[in-house]
Amino acid sequence: MTSLSQPAVTPPSTSALPDPNGPELDPGASHGHGHGAHADHTMTGFVIFLASESLIFLALFVGYAVYKSSAPLWLPAGVEGLEVREPLINTVVLVSSSLVIWLAERALHRQRLGEFRAWWLLTMAMGTYFVVGQAIEWQHLSFGLASGVFGASFYLLTGFHGLHVVTGLALMAFLLVRSLRPGLVLPEGKGVLAVSLFWHFVDVIWVVLFVLTYVWQRR
Amino acid sequence: MASSTSSPSLDPRVLKEPLPMPGPQGNWRRYFTFNTDAKVIGIQYIAVALLFLLVGGLLAMIMRGELITPPADLVDPTVYNGLYTMHGTVMLFLFLFPVLNGFNNLLIPPMIGAPDMAFPRLNALAFWLFPVFGVILMASFLVPGGPSGSGWWAYPPLSTQNPLGHAINGQLLWILSVALSGVSSIMGAVNFCTTILRMRAPGMGLFKMPIFCWTALAAQLIQLMGLPVLTAGAAMLLFDLSFGTSFFKPEGGGDPMLYQHFFWFYSHPAVYVMALPIFGIFSELFPVYARKPLFGYKVVAIASFAITVLSLIVWVHHMFYSGTPQWMRNVFMVTTMLIAVPTGIKVFAWIATLWRGSIRLSTPMLFCLAGVFNFIFAGITGVMLATVPVDIHVGNTYFVVGHFHYIIFNMITFGVFAAIYHWFPKFTGRMYYESLGKLHFILTFIGSTLNFLPMHWAGLMGMPRRVASYDPEFATANVLASLGAFLLGVATIPFLLNLVSSLVRGPKAPPNPWNAIGLEWLLPSPPPAENFEDDVPTVISGPYGYGLGRPLVEDQERFERRALEA
Ligand SMILES: [Cu+2]
Repeated sequence: MTSLSQPAVTPPSTSALPDPNGPELDPGASHGHGHGAHADHTMTGFVIFLASESLIFLALFVGYAVYKSSAPLWLPAGVEGLEVREPLINTVVLVSSSLVIWLAERALHRQRLGEFRAWWLLTMAMGTYFVVGQAIEWQHLSFGLASGVFGASFYLLTGFHGLHVVTGLALMAFLLVRSLRPGLVLPEGKGVLAVSLFWHFVDVIWVVLFVLTYVWQRR
Repeated sequence: MASSTSSPSLDPRVLKEPLPMPGPQGNWRRYFTFNTDAKVIGIQYIAVALLFLLVGGLLAMIMRGELITPPADLVDPTVYNGLYTMHGTVMLFLFLFPVLNGFNNLLIPPMIGAPDMAFPRLNALAFWLFPVFGVILMASFLVPGGPSGSGWWAYPPLSTQNPLGHAINGQLLWILSVALSGVSSIMGAVNFCTTILRMRAPGMGLFKMPIFCWTALAAQLIQLMGLPVLTAGAAMLLFDLSFGTSFFKPEGGGDPMLYQHFFWFYSHPAVYVMALPIFGIFSELFPVYARKPLFGYKVVAIASFAITVLSLIVWVHHMFYSGTPQWMRNVFMVTTMLIAVPTGIKVFAWIATLWRGSIRLSTPMLFCLAGVFNFIFAGITGVMLATVPVDIHVGNTYFVVGHFHYIIFNMITFGVFAAIYHWFPKFTGRMYYESLGKLHFILTFIGSTLNFLPMHWAGLMGMPRRVASYDPEFATANVLASLGAFLLGVATIPFLLNLVSSLVRGPKAPPNPWNAIGLEWLLPSPPPAENFEDDVPTVISGPYGYGLGRPLVEDQERFERRALEA
């Protein structure tokens, strides 16, 4: 999704400049063979993709709420509910990482590459803390995937979200490695912007998920 | 800028081309590579989709062979279950969606003056997933237990059964194939929407955009909103089938109705994903072949989005007989009937466009006229089906089968044929043979009417769908339907013959053989790899200016001359 290609070759002509209010034709994109020029639309495409992706979560959330309020059997026998303390710490770490990645973005904007890398790395560390914390929680739970609708929806929701966290971490690692490439003046802002947006998205989804599964326990 | 007409191969930047090369035009090998040129991808989509049309049609003819006599004698009833499941899945996911994505690829960039899609690599990736999920679905014929037999709806509890206990089974492959098709469609939708929103030619505001682009945008919006919900449902189904969860199993506390909601939330609007671009094609073609501007352009454009919005709030009409509470039935009956308003507006706009036009009855026009005629008929039976008491009576009978085949074949596929003929010269550089085209039309029209009209009658008399054997009182309708199906099989012969022989030795096509108005007709036939390249015309008037004597773009004569000289 996140095209990291270099900005376009400058077009030799100016006659096809877009009308600022009207529709636009990216002058670089119209350039025969500078296909990398299409990178200018990356954010548009990425926002459309995220909007669509959020609907998968919406569907799963609605499904969860329907089950929770109507399923004849909810908690499996012997299960009292979910432990909240550790997941709450996890939540705080993940949500604060949204602030840290914003600091990284700002550092890049001010062209401070070293500072950018530091904040970026800290975001990755916080994300990793979250994933590891969740893995430990999973290991200590007394119910499994096949323990009724409760177990199935809990693992499906947290697992699907966890998959997004891992994807975000992988994208960050990829950009970090690219920022170390010799001869690079500045890492591409577009990729950083897209990954940062993705990370905020993953955080917001988690907050909803946390409220649905951990906060709303009684029924 | 005025004389920048250098051919792409002279451009020194070609050497630094970061994307796979399109290869010289006319080199057939490029159609078998990971090519990022939207025009190559468009033809790849259409060619593979037509291959699957033949597969789906063959499955249909086996079914009709079975149904020509009342008892189940040709195939075993279990095999029959697999046949209709695969027929439906192939026709929707491997023929119609891909063929329309093919049109999107071919038509959107030239129509809006863009050189290519916004994300060419993503575009190629989305295409190459298509043969992958096609092969996965076909592979289910080879696994123990055969393909899924739970219908294209894949309702639990039928779809969560795995009686033979094999980890790889037909139902699993069905889910994987549909899920991958969803991923590919989302990639396509992101690309099409971004391209339409961000890459239009200078001067082309939204209300100067051809209706096909409007309808493509409206349809892709549905993909973006509906497919995620289907994916969620399919994921849960997969877990129930393979990992022992009980999302949809009542015995484990699950709810099979939730699957129906997930499935129809997408799959009702999915009809409009297919129908909207066809409305677009009708709106493009009628002005050309009636030599009149499209009546009510703005209203037709906006009606597309009204359809998108309404299509997302009608899905429960598929569940009137699934234990849905009466208040919910009433709500969804009303929303469903409301869809008749924007679609009706479009029909009236087409009729008003034709009114007193100088009509040219060439093959694409014949398919369009018959398509609209069939659509009006299907619209009437659709309103009947939306009515709760009627639906409870005829739901799950052949009346429904007749109704949706009138939509999906007699309207949508007719539109597909119309589009293929109309734009064939533009994208292949060859004219098709009109007489073969007319033969194709006549056989298709007679065949499809014979096939699908008697189904309504059988259904009203009470013949249930999805059965390999039936009561002899339904025999007449079924014999007629089967004869129609075989005739449709015959009709593909002139069609394919026309495509192949025109490609090989058809007369060379001029840039604008139909005297049509539109950016794509200002390009040579076939258009060069990057369409207008740097020299994109500035649009100065709305589309469909037939008989108004106004130019579409600045400097129109220069572009016309350049297309002729190419
Ligand atoms: Cu429907």
